[in-house]
Amino acid sequence: MTITLVFLAFLMGVVVFWLFRQSINVQPWVAQAAAQDVQVGVLARPTAKITLVVFLAVATSLFALFISAYAMRINYLDWTPLPEPRLLTWNTAILVVASVAMQWAVISARRGSVEGVRTGLGVGGGLSAAFIVGQLIVWKQLSDAGYFVNSSAATGFFYLLTAVHGVHVLGGLVAWGRAFTRLARKDPPKVVTLSVELCAIYWHFLLAVWIALFAVLASPALGLAICTTPAAG
Amino acid sequence: MSTYVAHDETDYAPPAEVGEVELYHPKTWLGQYVFSQDAKIIAVQYACTAIGIGLVALVFSWLMRLQLAWPNEFSFINPSNYLQFVSMHGMIMVIYLLTALFLGGFGNYLIPLMVGARDMVFPYVNMLSYWIYLFAVLLLVASFFVPGGPTGAGWTLYPPQAILDGTPGATWGIILMLVSLAFFIIGFTMGGLNYVVTVLQARTRGMTMMRLPLTIWGIFMATILALLAFPALFVSAIMMILDLVLGTSFFMPALVNKGQQAAHQGGSPILFQHLFWFFGHPEVYIVALPAFGIVSDLISTHARKNIFGYRMMVWAILIIGGLSFIVWAHHMYVSGMNPYFGFFFATTTLIIAVPTAIKVYNWVLTLWRGNIHFTVPMLFAIGFIFTFINGGLTGLFLGNVTIDLPLSDTMFVVAHFHMVMAIAPILVVFGAIYHWYPKITGRMLNDSWGRIHFWISFVGSYAIYYPMHYLGFMGVPRRYYAITGTNFIPESAHSLNVAITVAALIVGAAQILFIWNMIHSYFRGKPSGPNPWNATTLEWQTPETPPTHGNFGKTLPAVYRWPYDYSVPGVGPDYIPQNIPPNEVAKGAWATPATGSAA
Repeated sequence: MTITLVFLAFLMGVVVFWLFRQSINVQPWVAQAAAQDVQVGVLARPTAKITLVVFLAVATSLFALFISAYAMRINYLDWTPLPEPRLLTWNTAILVVASVAMQWAVISARRGSVEGVRTGLGVGGGLSAAFIVGQLIVWKQLSDAGYFVNSSAATGFFYLLTAVHGVHVLGGLVAWGRAFTRLARKDPPKVVTLSVELCAIYWHFLLAVWIALFAVLASPALGLAICTTPAAG
Repeated sequence: MSTYVAHDETDYAPPAEVGEVELYHPKTWLGQYVFSQDAKIIAVQYACTAIGIGLVALVFSWLMRLQLAWPNEFSFINPSNYLQFVSMHGMIMVIYLLTALFLGGFGNYLIPLMVGARDMVFPYVNMLSYWIYLFAVLLLVASFFVPGGPTGAGWTLYPPQAILDGTPGATWGIILMLVSLAFFIIGFTMGGLNYVVTVLQARTRGMTMMRLPLTIWGIFMATILALLAFPALFVSAIMMILDLVLGTSFFMPALVNKGQQAAHQGGSPILFQHLFWFFGHPEVYIVALPAFGIVSDLISTHARKNIFGYRMMVWAILIIGGLSFIVWAHHMYVSGMNPYFGFFFATTTLIIAVPTAIKVYNWVLTLWRGNIHFTVPMLFAIGFIFTFINGGLTGLFLGNVTIDLPLSDTMFVVAHFHMVMAIAPILVVFGAIYHWYPKITGRMLNDSWGRIHFWISFVGSYAIYYPMHYLGFMGVPRRYYAITGTNFIPESAHSLNVAITVAALIVGAAQILFIWNMIHSYFRGKPSGPNPWNATTLEWQTPETPPTHGNFGKTLPAVYRWPYDYSVPGVGPDYIPQNIPPNEVAKGAWATPATGSAA
């Protein structure tokens, strides 16, 4: 649970800082004219972006809890790691490039280059689909080698964590489809830019989560490894 | 006038006039009343569904009590379905009634109206949230009709027993239960995102965070807790489904079941307990924080006095929310944990008493020398303070490891948590319904019936749960179908059980009065006018009562003051609504009955 608590402590820190700014020096019982100095009708941050950030906090909580459960379960005696599928490294690389492509789409959108947005989104989405296929091949390889979801707790966590991450990638592809539709429909540049930005934030989050998962799944240095290449064959 | 008001990047002022195109307008009857995207209608849908399924759980509690008072008298109660009544009663009341009612019901109705918004920020997602919740409820109800019936594993669903045959509902019931919970959480997350972001982004001009009514602060913080804590339940539900369906061993240890070695090995039931209570303890505050917020507003409004220590109240809500994440293992003292662990969790548990006590003092100090109107909502609010203090004090007993060990799994625990998180929040629910029903329907609830309902519910609850503490001291265990062959439980304990059951039947039946009052007053109630309680918050200042689609007519209100300007010296009326500009205060014109109401 330590992992989850560290995340929550961070979040709590943000909330305390924010509330401190709201309440410091404010005497709510004093009436005054409604603050006219606030720019009317202009959002400092778009609602959709705030919503995405709140949602990502929820998703992080979910992943932190899965990893916490994993970190607690690993201490039990029956823990038997499985060999590390080499494809995972390639899949990670694919996801990194997808994330970069998404960022490229954002930069192009801000520059007003429709062509760049199309390329960035196209490459990002295509590679993410390739990532999903790659993960499925990893599953196939493991099950061919006799490691099913119920073979051991390690395989169980491997399939569970990759599946939950995969579902989030698929969800991202739905949002990606909407962004692409907006681009194809030639919606106003502002709308397109926002939806591309949202996609990019989400893709960076997916990448960060995957790297964290990959680290705990495959790095013996963290002492949490599910996958270790067995020393003797 | 020069006081600094905090504005940060999330502080946003929408335009005063919202064009017709920006509001979603339903085109069909179905779109307006059934698949509605209006938060007010969604709120009523949530509330009716929650109260409906809650009545089922109430009947389950009657059945439990019948068995405890007159064992072996009723042929329709056997050990299996007794456990099913216990489990379903707990699960429905905690999650499907209280969580859904406070956040889905009151959250949806009050957030847009109280912050001065036209609707939630994502009305479509908000609608989906309700329908997924309804689907989760239907899955739960479906589990009553599958072979083996619903799960009888207790509302905590501890493995391994939850999924081993021998426990009622271990084949179908438990799967439906877990899937239903997963859907509930998905639906809730959709609604929860709406509640949080609406408070952050859709406040009207002048409505700074520190001018929000405490009701909104309570619901806001509870939603954040729920968004972060429900994933723990989701994780445990998913992993238990995998253990059950695919034969993994996340929670299931190696065990011999009916003489057969089960396929599982090495799993950890304690892991489930950690995950479950990591959700389970914040859940207490998910229910309590909205109640705290609502009761603050009820007390201030009906005592005609500003809330004592507003900023302290906001900080207390935040601190309680934060601390609620680091006390979960006090539910697991008997699971054989490291004593230092127990020490840590006992300490954090007792620390929570500090911000909670601050809130209680502030309520009492708000009442102190206030112009107290003993209206029905006020009765319920004061009843809440008594009940909450009672339940909180027994929490100090159970928070200490050495006292918890002998009391764990006795009726004392049942009495404690029913006082603190069943009776106390439900009193607030009643108070809130009596308070806001006039705004929702345009008619008052019947006052005399309300008073009868209050006194039977309040005194009756004490008649039920006070004696239960003594049963717990004597060692009467909870969740037992029948107690036989013990000599430490005297015959008098049995008479007490009969008395408790009689009280429970009466209190349960009194709720029919409440339901009937709601139905009858909807058609025949006294017209309420727009602001029957002379309250200051924005929902009472709407041009129409009940508020129509879009809430505030053409122009959104601007907010000039906090919501607690009651009995301001030198002002004619004893309240100043939030949207009255400073230069109009001297006229006192708002106190005349407004036109355009249902009155």
